[in-house]
Amino acid sequence: MDTSLKRTPLFSAHVKAGARMVPFGGWEMPVQYRGIVEEHRTVRAAVGCFDVSHMGEFEIEGPGALATLQTLTTNDVAALEIGQVQYSLLCRPDGGIVDDLTLYRLATDRFMLTVNAGNIDKDWSHVTTAAPAEGARWRDVSTSTGLIAVQGPRAEAVVGRLADQDIARIGYYRFARGKVAGVAALISRTGYTGEDGFELYVAAGDTEQLWNALLGQGAAEGVAPIGLGARDTLRLEMRYALYGNDIDETTNPLEAGLGWVVKPAKGEFLGRAAIERVRAAGPGRKLIGLEMTERAVARHGYPVVKEGAAIGVVTSGSYGPSVDRYIAMAYVATPHAAVGTDVGVEVRGQVRAARVVKTPFHPSRVKKG
Amino acid sequence: MSNVPGDLKYTRDHEWARQEGGRMRVGITAYAQEQLGDVVFVELPKVGARVTAKQAFGVVESVKAVSDLFAPVTGEVVEANADLAHKPEIVNQDPYGKGWMIVVTPADAKQWEQLLSAAQYEEFLAQGGH
Repeated sequence: MDTSLKRTPLFSAHVKAGARMVPFGGWEMPVQYRGIVEEHRTVRAAVGCFDVSHMGEFEIEGPGALATLQTLTTNDVAALEIGQVQYSLLCRPDGGIVDDLTLYRLATDRFMLTVNAGNIDKDWSHVTTAAPAEGARWRDVSTSTGLIAVQGPRAEAVVGRLADQDIARIGYYRFARGKVAGVAALISRTGYTGEDGFELYVAAGDTEQLWNALLGQGAAEGVAPIGLGARDTLRLEMRYALYGNDIDETTNPLEAGLGWVVKPAKGEFLGRAAIERVRAAGPGRKLIGLEMTERAVARHGYPVVKEGAAIGVVTSGSYGPSVDRYIAMAYVATPHAAVGTDVGVEVRGQVRAARVVKTPFHPSRVKKG
Repeated sequence: MSNVPGDLKYTRDHEWARQEGGRMRVGITAYAQEQLGDVVFVELPKVGARVTAKQAFGVVESVKAVSDLFAPVTGEVVEANADLAHKPEIVNQDPYGKGWMIVVTPADAKQWEQLLSAAQYEEFLAQGGH
């Protein structure tokens, strides 16, 4: 086993549970416990627990924190209340996406950013050098933070039983502080599955106690541990972007369909001018949802074609267990991006029929309002 | 240890072959389907196609991976399992039975002798399987 791979506080628990461990973004992570399709269905029908402790967490604190984040991120941080969470992006001056993240307002002058595991080093270098951070201090708390996502229609029942407060009152993209299974936690009503659920941030040393309590006391709800394989099919059915697959430094937020987290009216920020130029001209390509109308699995990197000409590329693709179809996300030239457009995907040298469809592929059931 | 039926022959690419009169039925082993995880797509040659020993004759895809299927013997495809198009999960559920892939008429019946016995395949798996 590659000794350079990092491990989360739950590594031993995964191995003991019989998980298949694989390298992911520099981490040794469980890809599945019993099977990706079964785990996917467990989350849609009941509730599942994901170890996402590999994700990175940065904190910034001080009177200059808000201004620093306004410069670094594309969404309007001033609109964020204490106790609220915001999806946002870090962009390069040319508009390329450095990472996507969730931003937590912990206090007036204190925030937390949750970033992708594979980008922790790059993001740390970016946030600490790309903006001056006058009157604010950054702290990388990734290693000392454990993170468990509890997702599914019965997530509220499982977390609620273990929490010291009424978590039903926490709205979507809101958070509260409290104890879950006796462990101090930041209880966030967020997720990456399209189901209702929570993400529980705890001290690294408390992660296993919380994990065992959730799995041990959620039996009535049918709780099970879920690997990264099902995390990927669940997010694909929602058309949520995965950094490194669907978005990266060569893609801009508008072509990725993330214009809703770009707020140029807030003032200057990194990438603003470049993104506004794209907005004025209209993006040349768009990230769309594809459904294979001919049996084949579209995979990352496969060409999208129309009448013999390449018009785009698949960024993510798989079998979607809840929609029972082969689905994909792809960038295609804007003239071919309309829902209903018939296209082809080149699979091992053969063109297979596909169609641009509305997304999400599966209806979202997150708790809104 | 995975199930390795004694009456079948095997390849180092984790296919099995069963002699049925002058023909050979071919599939992937229990070990192979366990390693793949949930099979979501199988692509097989058409009846009448020629397959060549140790060459790819089709594709099996799990949620995460695309893998070639390798022919145990050279010959002509006389049957292909049409059920796998709509129920690829049969490969996981019954790899040596309903999850078969193709039936081949071998060009040379002696090829059977060159395949691994169950004992040899078990030994191969015990050494890591690759």
